[in-house]
Amino acid sequence: MEALELLFFGFKVLLTWKILALMMVGLVLGIFVGVLPGLGGPNGVAILLPLTFTMDPTSAIVMLSCIYWGALFGGAITSILFNIPGEAWSVATTFDGYPMAQQGRAAEALTAAFTSSFIGSLVAVLLITFLAPGIASFALRFGSPEFFAVYLLTFCSFVGLGREEKHKTVISMSLGLLLAGVGMDTVSSQLRMTFGWAELYRGINFLVAVIGLFGISEILVTMEERLALRGHAASISLRVVLGVWKDLPRYWVTLLRSSAIGCWLGITPGGAIAASFMGYNLAKRFSKDPESFGKGRIEGVFAPETAAHASGTSALLPMLALGIPGSGTAAILLGGLMVWGLNPGPLLFVDHKDFAWGLIASMYLGNVVGLVMVLSTVPLFASVLRVPFAAIAPMIVVSCAIGAFAIQNAMFDIWLMLLFGVVGYVFKKIGIPLAPFTLALVLGNRAEDAFRLSMIGSGGDLRVFWSNGLVGTITTLALVLLFWPLLARLLGIGRRRDR
Amino acid sequence: MLKLRGMAALAAASSLFVAASAGASWEPTKPVEIVVAAGAGGASDQMARMMQLAVQKNKLMKQPIVVSLKGGASGGEALMYMKSSAGDPNKVLIAYSLIYMLPLSAKIPFDWRELTPVSVVALDEFVLWTNAQLPYKTVKEFTDAAKGANPPFKMGGTGSKREDHVLTVFLEKKTGAKFVYLPFKSGGEAATQLVGNHTQSNVNNPSENLEVWRAGQVRPLCVFDKDRIQYKGKVTDTQSWNDIPTCKEQGVDVQYLMLRAMFLPGKVTPEQTAFYVELFRKVTQTPEYKDYMEKQALKPIFLTGKDMLKFLEEDDALNKGLMTEAGFVAN
Repeated sequence: MEALELLFFGFKVLLTWKILALMMVGLVLGIFVGVLPGLGGPNGVAILLPLTFTMDPTSAIVMLSCIYWGALFGGAITSILFNIPGEAWSVATTFDGYPMAQQGRAAEALTAAFTSSFIGSLVAVLLITFLAPGIASFALRFGSPEFFAVYLLTFCSFVGLGREEKHKTVISMSLGLLLAGVGMDTVSSQLRMTFGWAELYRGINFLVAVIGLFGISEILVTMEERLALRGHAASISLRVVLGVWKDLPRYWVTLLRSSAIGCWLGITPGGAIAASFMGYNLAKRFSKDPESFGKGRIEGVFAPETAAHASGTSALLPMLALGIPGSGTAAILLGGLMVWGLNPGPLLFVDHKDFAWGLIASMYLGNVVGLVMVLSTVPLFASVLRVPFAAIAPMIVVSCAIGAFAIQNAMFDIWLMLLFGVVGYVFKKIGIPLAPFTLALVLGNRAEDAFRLSMIGSGGDLRVFWSNGLVGTITTLALVLLFWPLLARLLGIGRRRDR
Repeated sequence: MLKLRGMAALAAASSLFVAASAGASWEPTKPVEIVVAAGAGGASDQMARMMQLAVQKNKLMKQPIVVSLKGGASGGEALMYMKSSAGDPNKVLIAYSLIYMLPLSAKIPFDWRELTPVSVVALDEFVLWTNAQLPYKTVKEFTDAAKGANPPFKMGGTGSKREDHVLTVFLEKKTGAKFVYLPFKSGGEAATQLVGNHTQSNVNNPSENLEVWRAGQVRPLCVFDKDRIQYKGKVTDTQSWNDIPTCKEQGVDVQYLMLRAMFLPGKVTPEQTAFYVELFRKVTQTPEYKDYMEKQALKPIFLTGKDMLKFLEEDDALNKGLMTEAGFVAN
């Protein structure tokens, strides 16, 4: 059990008062940036990175990764209470989390979110602990065709498994893909759809769109319906927490499935965003009562949160072992590593044992401490809800605007956010789902690049997507999922859905 | 408390004195923003972080440095940002060859002459790498194999119609071999794709392939420079940067070096420029800078004023020539 020995070595590195104190500070800062929409993990870590320059690498990474865990936890708070995802991967959490809050079950939803975050991360950390030595070779098998197949799988699972009408999902997804094309195309080095306008060169930032689509449009809808923010104060009592935990074993399949999806997508690296959506959709598909999803079902919180956090955590593994950042935050941590004079790569685990295993041990400790902290500080953040809507709405709009601005320090993004707010409002009115749009906006660019690189590499031969067992399996699975409703009817195995 | 206040007053007084004694010299009154024309973790970002660290540790400036990543539009975002910041002396761009190439290939309305050149701080090398599992030990073995290969060899690189792509075209012209060029988003991606055997080669900068070389996963064939890299410290168990032959030695005369230079926006005063020239001169003398240069196998250089302008004009003409010959200039 070499892994266990190394892990204990890691804990030994960690257990000093200084590091434990840094851990707490990091978690509090992290929850704070996680709650502010748009600020989020990557920006929080980026802003606080210079603070760590004078620390030794191990203290620095422990503090930064705790900011990361804190932000992961904090992102769930706004998703559930305000329907404003603090992070892209919290979008799926709003589907059932927000309805739960509307029904006065905010405390339950928050407990579920935090607990499943914890479980997801824990599974991923366990995986990291035991796979760290061998994982590099698996991730290396991913070339452009494999990457495209994973993105295709995400898109197809959305169309095939979604509850919404198929044509509306496709319309929404197509619009997202269209907007993802704005800006520089790296494959041809040409600008597209910028109309000579310098503000559009960098493309449409996904987070700006999300803040507008979800945050601003929610304010608009609320204003129209009545001047009260729907949702109830959340104060988490021990009784609620224990109640949710008591029910946990009933959802073990969902938790396990989401953890597996998350770990897989985090390592491969398809990303936490894809993982959260996929976790949600599969939970719905395999549920005995899929109709109740989206109406405040606790499983709808468990599934995406577990997947997102399993993925967010396991994304650190390719970052450490290969130098491939699986997420935005991982990319910034990567920059940090280099400042401290550490080069990520297969040799990191050999040359800098104390650092690598200290970080892994901090994932265990950070998660446990983080869970306790969020559960106890929620009343603080949630007390915001007792403030009247007339007072809170401007605050939310301002905080959204700051978030949108902070992503790229661009005034233009605030206008873009408002525009997306209106778009989101219209979409809600005509019943077009927002999720496929955002998904396409995030993954569209990468999927396109991966597809075109595969085509350049194979000389335009589509058979490249079946050229080996790995890519062939993923591609076939994607197509099966896309046509699942048809297949299920043909084979007569699906439950009849048009009761 | 009183004591503290007294000390603060003393410090304020002494800083006044310094300002007065230095005459009309200027220094930043706001945090200085280093603008990076690339994504997080890339070579420019790392260099910016090194400077941030060097300035902070050696107390070279009162104001802090913040790094701002403007890697959108393959770095075009940073160029337009600098262009629109004319007169603002608190923004410094870390520039590289993109200042010549991007306006040509993507028709971005930008000319480096609209900015204020401060100093050239380093030159970056390019190396031809292949996967260590492939049998090729010399450039000739490699290009001969590439000539007969079906399907053709794949060459990974960063972006399209940029340094890596230009080098690939000239390698093809000099040797007669043909490659399928795959434009990835970053050098890191090009490195992992090479290690994973999805491409046969890349022309990464030393820093981009350093770790995979140390791990024995890739093999350097030659460096695209007229002389070998100067660093003789062992990087792998058996080799140093200096052990890599030049491509010219191997009979393939392709040379290319990439500048790393600092620019202020246009319309800043000579005093402001002078401050930054001095600041970066001091940065290049810090141990942090020297470590960084060796670790990343960069060529140290410090050019400013007329020398820098001459260098930029010549480099611009060279790049334009290469881009035109490769057929990468947009109409």
